[in-house]
Amino acid sequence: MLLAGAAAGLAAAGAARRARAPTRRAAAARRPATGQPDRARELPNTAAAPQNPAPGPRSAGAVLSRLLSYPPPGPFRPSTWRSPLRGLWLTSVLGLVLLGGLAVVAITGLLSYASYNPRLPGNDQTPGGQLLKFYLFSWPTDPAWLYRVNQGLHVTLGLALLPVVLTKLWSVLPKLFSWPPVRSPAQAVERLSLVMIVGGVLFEFATGIADIQNFYVFPFSFYTAHLYGAWVFIAGFVTHVILKFPHLRAGLRSRSLRRELRTPLSATRPETPDPAGLRAAAPAAPTISRRGLLAAVTGGSLTLAGLAAGQSIGGWTRRTALFAPRGLSAAQSGELPVNRTAATIGLTDADVGPAYRLVLVGSRQVSLTRDQVAALPQQSAVLPIACVEGWSVAARWSGVALTDLARLAGVNYPVGALVESIERKGSFRTADLSAAQVNDPRSMLALRVNGADLPRDHGYPARTVIPAAPGVHNTKWVNKITFTEQA
Amino acid sequence: MRGLTGRVRRWYGAHPLHLLALLAAFALAGYALSAVVAAGQWRGFAAWFLVAIVAHDLLLFPLYSLADLSLRRLLPGRPGRSEGARPSAPEPPWPPVLNYVRVPAAFSLLLLLVWFPLILGLSAGTYHRASGLTAAPYLGRWLAVTGLLFLASAAAYAVALRRAAARTRAQAAAVTAGRGR
Repeated sequence: MLLAGAAAGLAAAGAARRARAPTRRAAAARRPATGQPDRARELPNTAAAPQNPAPGPRSAGAVLSRLLSYPPPGPFRPSTWRSPLRGLWLTSVLGLVLLGGLAVVAITGLLSYASYNPRLPGNDQTPGGQLLKFYLFSWPTDPAWLYRVNQGLHVTLGLALLPVVLTKLWSVLPKLFSWPPVRSPAQAVERLSLVMIVGGVLFEFATGIADIQNFYVFPFSFYTAHLYGAWVFIAGFVTHVILKFPHLRAGLRSRSLRRELRTPLSATRPETPDPAGLRAAAPAAPTISRRGLLAAVTGGSLTLAGLAAGQSIGGWTRRTALFAPRGLSAAQSGELPVNRTAATIGLTDADVGPAYRLVLVGSRQVSLTRDQVAALPQQSAVLPIACVEGWSVAARWSGVALTDLARLAGVNYPVGALVESIERKGSFRTADLSAAQVNDPRSMLALRVNGADLPRDHGYPARTVIPAAPGVHNTKWVNKITFTEQA
Repeated sequence: MRGLTGRVRRWYGAHPLHLLALLAAFALAGYALSAVVAAGQWRGFAAWFLVAIVAHDLLLFPLYSLADLSLRRLLPGRPGRSEGARPSAPEPPWPPVLNYVRVPAAFSLLLLLVWFPLILGLSAGTYHRASGLTAAPYLGRWLAVTGLLFLASAAAYAVALRRAAARTRAQAAAVTAGRGR
């Protein structure tokens, strides 16, 4: 019944449109054809449509194709989109920036995943998806700044690209409402594939930006979602680049960047119409030049990145990072920036008092007080701690080499270590270290930082510091290390 | 073989490789999604994916377009009036102010879009537990930066006004000199 009613409604609507159609066609014929090539798009299929439709019943398909011939009002009408700056050249320039920029953000993101050494038993935050882990390798400890730079780049460049992403989406948004919505199976599949790239880029930016501010509103694990969301994005991104590359090249060749940068508003003209239909059918007069728009986007990128980068570079620049979570605020506190405070994990005086013991397990088990650890030979090194959230800080750490502790436990050739924290729960209360990490001479169980005992927030009584490891693998409040002997 | 390609082209609307590339992409994305399903988190994941698209395309974009449109309507001295609109109205003697409002507003809103969890204190609790720091200063910083952006823009506009005035004077002088000859 319902279906029949809907069909009748469709047929009636089709009849109404048919009744109006001749007038529209006449109007189209009156319009001068020159200078308005895109106007014709408003009335596709008119040439193929019968001039005098035969009376009698018509197939549902014919009614549907009639309906699809006329865009509904609003954004589906090409005349809604008036910006004179939209066009293949502009979209191509923005696309080229994103092609390079998002590739770097994606690669640093995948490297960040590799830095957790997820193949070691307890380290993988994102189980499953084995085929996507083909590229994993044992994360090196040298250079010590490797993770710091990787993650600073990932987060800061990501922030800088947000204005470019938004402008790129703005430049192609009319295509979302193109009418008819589907012209061929190829177009249908391609439009569906845009969910991967558009949804992917927005999803990754939203989850990443929320996470660096500890804004945990998402109903999933950040690690799982941000990693697999990235793979969905990469799938869409690579295909989009392959399919659109000829357009990108044609677009970049259609105008000269140098000339655009010399063209003021008074001389700004719309681009020539392109087969992709990115240029407005009836562009309005410009209110900003193309170079003005590009300058604004660049300025937006520099503002976002510039007011955040200091949290990754450190030193005096930390004070310039007005909005970064470990920027100016951390500098003003006078303390070394920190992730997870002692209060947050519920560290008690009893945990760190005289009852504290460091347990070393190997071929034998040793239990040491903090004073006994402090009496062991000490070493010192300037090493960065760098968070997945992008901030980092270098400090002079001093403590006992991990290899020395291994020997105390009777392990002369350690090939791995499981470091455990006093923390009772939390995803990073343990870390599995690789052979490279245990054996790096700079890897240590630190007792002091910058010439003073570790603050409680930085892991007092003792924490590990591993060169080039992600921050959470520099375990704080360490009370047990289990060394693995070479088999 | 060519005939088959042609038939696929006619039915599908593009080269068969187009379809293969897209199918490969869907397979990769589907595999990634299967890992999210295995982790038991696919509902939230899929919801956020779709909400992200809707929030941008059907909320953020219309909102900033509307804001920009209102700005263009309200501000005096619209540059390059659209054709047909008041063709006889004379160009105002001052340069259009539109972009001197648009750009600082866009930068300010961009900062808010990224840092609103800290600026509005929405993540103040988790932020404090993670860092030992308070989110209180972020609102003030954002207001201060917004103020500075508009101040800088006002200064730039003042310079543009002076230049325009100098140009007008020079033109007037040239006209007078021309009459004198």
